[in-house]
Amino acid sequence: MKSGSNLERLLEKGEFIITGELGPPKGTDVEVVKEKAAMLKGNVDAVNITDNQTAIVRMSSIATSKILIDEGLEPTMQMVARDRNRLAMMSDLFGANALGIRNMLCLSGDHQSFGNHPEAKNVFDIDSIQMIYMVKTMRDEHKVICGDEIEGDFKMFIGAASNPFADPFQYRVHRLAKKVEAGLDFVQTQCIYDMKRFKEFMKQVVDMGLHERCKILAGVTPLKSVGMARYMAANVSGITIPEDMIERLKGAGKGNVAAEGIKIACEQIQELRALEGIAGVHLMAIEWEHRVHEIVEMAGLLPRPKG
Amino acid sequence: MITADRKPFEEIKASVKDYDKIMVLGCETCVAICQAGGEKEAEILASELKLAFGNEGKKVEVNDEHVIRQCDDEFMADPAFLEKVKEADIILSIACGVGVQHACNFFNRTITDKPIRVVPGLNTTFMGANIDVGLWEERCLGCGDCVLERTGGICPITRCAKSLLNGPCGGSSNGKCEINKDTDCAWHLIIERLEVLGELDRIKPVEMYKDWRPSHSGGPRKRVREDLRL
Ligand code: SF4
Ligand code: SF4
Repeated sequence: MKSGSNLERLLEKGEFIITGELGPPKGTDVEVVKEKAAMLKGNVDAVNITDNQTAIVRMSSIATSKILIDEGLEPTMQMVARDRNRLAMMSDLFGANALGIRNMLCLSGDHQSFGNHPEAKNVFDIDSIQMIYMVKTMRDEHKVICGDEIEGDFKMFIGAASNPFADPFQYRVHRLAKKVEAGLDFVQTQCIYDMKRFKEFMKQVVDMGLHERCKILAGVTPLKSVGMARYMAANVSGITIPEDMIERLKGAGKGNVAAEGIKIACEQIQELRALEGIAGVHLMAIEWEHRVHEIVEMAGLLPRPKG
Repeated sequence: MITADRKPFEEIKASVKDYDKIMVLGCETCVAICQAGGEKEAEILASELKLAFGNEGKKVEVNDEHVIRQCDDEFMADPAFLEKVKEADIILSIACGVGVQHACNFFNRTITDKPIRVVPGLNTTFMGANIDVGLWEERCLGCGDCVLERTGGICPITRCAKSLLNGPCGGSSNGKCEINKDTDCAWHLIIERLEVLGELDRIKPVEMYKDWRPSHSGGPRKRVREDLRL
C-alpha cells in the first residue's frame, strides 16, 4: 500500500468509488465543518478539502482535514502551488502526514485575481506536475527535493485534477499522461456535462493505457438551477452545457428544477459507471451537502463499502 | 526594452512641490521609445508643472533636460550638464527605475559638495516588445536560465500567469488565459508553435523544478566580466 488510505484500498479492490467535496469556512467556525461532514458521512468514501478555493481565504485545508478525521471521515487534502513555495509545501506535507492525512490533490490553484485578495503576490515556485513528482519522491524514495532523508514515515495517495474540456483539447490527454508519468495515483476530472466530448477524451485515455496506471474519477456537479447552468457555461473554462440539458431543467417547471438536476446527475453517474476506465465519480455538490445522501442513494451507490 | 508609464500628475506634483528649482530629466533610450520619458515627454511634463504651479501663484523654475541613457555614467558626465544638476533643488527623473537610481548614484558620486535629490516620474513596468503601434507586451522576467529553446521561443515563466513549466493549466480556454480574455494563454501558444515545428515531443517529458537561484529569488544580481574590468 502506498498510503493505506480507505480510498486507495477501495480503488485497489475495484470498488466503484464516490468522493465528495467540502469547502472550509471563511473563518474559524468548526461547527460548519462538522455539520457538512455529518451530511457527507457514510455517503462518500473520501472528501476533498479545498485549499483557498477560487483564491478566497478560508480555514486551511490541513486543519479542516484533521477535523474531518476526528469526525470519522477520510479527507483528501488539496494543495495549490499558488500560495506555497517548495519549503512550505514539504513542511505542510510532513504536518499533514503526522496528522493522519493520507490522500492529497496537487493543483496549480486559481489565479489570485479571482479571489478576495487580488493584491497578493503569488508563489508558483513549482507547478502541479512537479508537485506530484515531489510527493512521489518523498513517499517512494523517502527524500525531500534536495535529497535529504525524511525522518519518519511518509505515506500519501497522490491525486490531481484534470480538465478534459479546457484547451487545447487535443493536448489535454497528454497533460494527464505527464501527470501519470510524474507519479499520479488518481485523478478527478472537471465536472462533466458534455458527455460526447468526455467520451472522446476517455477513448484517448484508454488507448494510451492511462486508466491502468492511474485511477480516474469522473467529476459530477448536479445543476441546481437554469441560472447556475448558464453561469457555469459562461465562467468555468471549457464547460459547455448541452442545450437539451438546459431545456430539460426548464421543462421541470417551478420548484422542480433542483430535483430534475439531481435526476440528471444520477443518470450521468450511471452512464459514467459503464464507461471503460472510470473507477468512480467525484461528486462536487458544494453548498449542497444536504442533498448528497439523496443523490448517492438515487444513483444506487449506497451503502458504501467498508475499506 | 524596458517599458514604463508616467505616474499620475498629482503624485508627481506632490513629490516636487516643496522645491523652487526643478529639473525634469528625460532618458532617450527605452522610455523614449515607449513614449513615457524621452525628450518630448520631459518637455511636456515641465510645461505642465510650470502651468500647474503658476496657477497656484507659486513661483518655481522648471527646466527640462535629457540624456541618452541614465543607466550609464558615460552619458551624464558632461560638466555643463552636471553644473545644471547641481543648481537644481530636485531632479525629477523620467527614466526607468534603473535610470532613476543610477542617475542619483552618479550625481552624488560626482557632485560632492551638495546632496542631490532625485525622484521618479514614471512607474517602471516590464521588459517587453513593441507588438503594434501603441502596444507593448511583457516578454521576459530575466529568470537567469532561459528555457525558450524548449518552449518554441515563447516564455512560460513570463507569459503564463502561473509561470507553469508543465502547462497549460485547466483554465486555458479558446487560446486565452484564465485571468482574462485579453491575455493569450502562453501554453496554448507554445503547443501551437511546437506543433508547427513538429516538436511537440519536446514537452512530453516532465520539466523538472526550476532552479530560481539565477533569478531575483537568489537575491539582487550582479554581473562581472573580469576581462572587461580595469
Ligand atoms: S525563460 Fe527566463 S530568460 Fe528566458 S525569456 Fe523567460 S524569463 Fe526571460
Ligand atoms: S491559462 Fe494558460 S497562461 Fe493562463 S495560467 Fe493557465 S496555462 Fe498559464
